[in-house]
Amino acid sequence: MNGLRAASLDLGTLLLPEIMLSVGAMFVLLYGVFAPEGVVSTRRAHLLAIVVTLATAAAAAMLANQAAPLGAASGPLAWDGFRWASVAVILLGVLGSLVMAMEYNEGAALSAPEPPALVLFSATGMLLLVGSRDLMLIFLGIELMSLAIYVLTGLDRSRAGSAEAALKYFLLGAFSTGFLLYGMALVYGATGTTNLTQMAAVIESRTLGTDPLLVGGLALLFVGFSFKVAAVPFHMWTPDVYEGAPTPYTAFMAAGVKTAAFAAFARLLLDGLGPAYASWHYAAWVLAAVTMVVGNVLALAQQNVKRMLAYSSIAHAGYLLVAITSRSADGVASLVFYSLAYTLATIGSYCVLSIVSGGIEKRTRLTDLAGLARTRPALATAMAVFMLSLLGFPVAGGMGFFAKWYILRAALNSPTPQIKLAVIFVLASVVSAGYYLGVITTMFMKPPADDALPSRGVDARLTGGVVAVAAVLLLFLGVYPSPAVRWARASTMPMSPARAVAAPTPMQALAPVNSQPMLP
Amino acid sequence: MGLQAYLPVLMLMGFVLLNAAIIIGLSQWAMRRRPTQVKSEAYESGIPVVGDARERFSVKFYLVAMLFIVFDIETVFLIPWGTAFRRLSCTGPIIDGVCSGATSFFGLGEMLVFMAILVVGLTYVWRKGALQWD
Repeated sequence: MNGLRAASLDLGTLLLPEIMLSVGAMFVLLYGVFAPEGVVSTRRAHLLAIVVTLATAAAAAMLANQAAPLGAASGPLAWDGFRWASVAVILLGVLGSLVMAMEYNEGAALSAPEPPALVLFSATGMLLLVGSRDLMLIFLGIELMSLAIYVLTGLDRSRAGSAEAALKYFLLGAFSTGFLLYGMALVYGATGTTNLTQMAAVIESRTLGTDPLLVGGLALLFVGFSFKVAAVPFHMWTPDVYEGAPTPYTAFMAAGVKTAAFAAFARLLLDGLGPAYASWHYAAWVLAAVTMVVGNVLALAQQNVKRMLAYSSIAHAGYLLVAITSRSADGVASLVFYSLAYTLATIGSYCVLSIVSGGIEKRTRLTDLAGLARTRPALATAMAVFMLSLLGFPVAGGMGFFAKWYILRAALNSPTPQIKLAVIFVLASVVSAGYYLGVITTMFMKPPADDALPSRGVDARLTGGVVAVAAVLLLFLGVYPSPAVRWARASTMPMSPARAVAAPTPMQALAPVNSQPMLP
Repeated sequence: MGLQAYLPVLMLMGFVLLNAAIIIGLSQWAMRRRPTQVKSEAYESGIPVVGDARERFSVKFYLVAMLFIVFDIETVFLIPWGTAFRRLSCTGPIIDGVCSGATSFFGLGEMLVFMAILVVGLTYVWRKGALQWD
C-alpha cells in the first residue's frame, strides 16, 4: 500500500504523457462511433490521433526539462534522460505510421476509425514500458502494447495473410508472455521485490548473482524479451507477421515495438539485474551473435521487400543487443542513437513501400521496385538513403553509419571489451550489404517488370512528406551528428553497479576507437 | 529466504496425489463391472439425452460472453477496492479504526477514473450495436 499512496507519488506528473495518449485514444474511439461512417470520418479520426501524438510529444518535451517530481527517485516510474529519449523516438514512429496509415487505409479500403485509436493505445503501452522501473509495470506495458498490435495486424479482414499473421502473432505472443511472467515471478521469488532499484541493491548486498532461482528467472525473461524484440532463435513469427500486417502497422511494429521493448530490456538488465551481469552476459552475447548472423543471412534469400525488411529488423535486434551487452553509459547512448536512426530509416522505407504498392499488399515484391528510379526518381533516391542507412554506409547512409560506429565503439570501450562480438558485428554488416544494395540495384539498374501489377493511384502526398522528412533528417544528422550525439549522451539512466565498476568513457563524435585507453 | 516455506505445500500435493491414487486404485481393484444400456447413459438416473452437445453456437454468443467478462472484472476489482477503501482514504495509519491523518481522495479518484474508462468502453460497444442481439 505504501508504494501507491497519493502522498508519496505524483502520478499525474509522472504519467502525464501516458495519460494524455490514453485519454486521446478514448476520444478518438468515441469520435469514431458518434461521427457518420465514411472516409471523411476516418481521415478526421487519424488527424485527431496525430494531434494527440503531437500534444503528447510537446508535453514530454516540457517534462524532460523539469525537475523530477515526488516519488521519481526510486519509485515504479523512472524520470531520466533515457525515458524521455525513448519516448521521443517512439512518438516519432507513431507519428510516421499514423500519417502513412491515414492514406494507406483509404487505398486499401480499410475505412474505420478504430485503427488510430488502437495505435494510440499501443503507444500508451510503449511509453509505459520505457518509463517503468517495476516488473509489474513492465508487464502491463508489454501487454497494453501487444494486445492493440495483434488487432492492428489482423485489420485487413479481406486478406487471408493478414488474419494468419494476427493469429500467429497472438498465439505465439501469448505463449511468450507466459515465459516473461514466469521469469518475473522467479526473479521476484529470488529477490523479494519487483522494483528494479531495490532489486539491484538486494542482488548486490546478498550476492544473489548466481542464485539458481534468479538465473532461472533470467533465462525465462530472456526468452520472453527475445520474442518481443525478434531475436534469433525466437524470431520465427517475424517474417510472416511483418508480411501479413498492413504496411503502416508493420512499420509501427518494426519501429515502435522494437524501440520500446529494447528500452525496457536495457533498463531491466542494466539497472535491476546489473549486479548479476556475470550470469546474463554470456546469454546476451550468444543471442546477439546468432541474431546478427542468422538475420542477415536469411534476409539475403528474400524476394519480398517486407519479408526482407523483417529479417533485417531481426539483424538490427542483434546490433542493439551488442549495445546492451557492452553495459556502459556509452552503450545506453548508442542504443538511443541507433533507435533513432533505425526508426527514421524503417518508417521511411515502409512509407516508400506503401506508396509503391498503393494499398495492394501483393505489390511489395522486390521486382515491383524495379525501374523505380526512372518512374519516381525522388522516391527511389529516398529509398536508397534508407537502405544505405540501415546498412550503415558513410555519408550517403546518413545517421546509419554513426549509429553502427557508436555501437562498435561502445562494445570495444566497454568495461569488459566485446572484441569478438565487434568482429561478428562488422562481418554481419558486410553480409547485409548483399540485400540492401540489391534493393538499390533493382531500383536503379533494372527496367520495370513486365508482370507489374497495376497501381490504384492513391493520393499519397503526406506519406511522401514523411519519406522526405525522414530522408532529410537522416542525411542531415549524418553530416552533422553532434546534436543527436549530445541528445543521446544526455539520455542516461541509473545503472548498477556499472558506476562502481568503471567510470563510463565519454563518447566523442568522430574520435577513432583507439584514441582512448582500453579499460581492463 | 529459503524454499523450506513451501515444504507444506509440497507435502499437501504429495498427499493429494497419493490419496487420489489409493481411492481410484481401490475401486478399480474391488469393483465388479456389469454394464447395461441404462447404466452407460450420461445421466444414469436423470433426464434422457436428446442430442449431441457439440452444436454450432451463434458467434454473437461469444461477443456477449466477452463483454460480460469485461464488466465481471469490474465487480472483481470493486470488491478488494471496497475492503481497502478506508486505508486509501486516509493519509496516515489507521489506529483503532480511526484515521490518524487527513482525508485523502486518492482511492475515490482512482475508482472514478476506472469507472470513466469503463463507461467509455460501454458507450463504444453500445453505439457499435454490440449489445443488440439481432
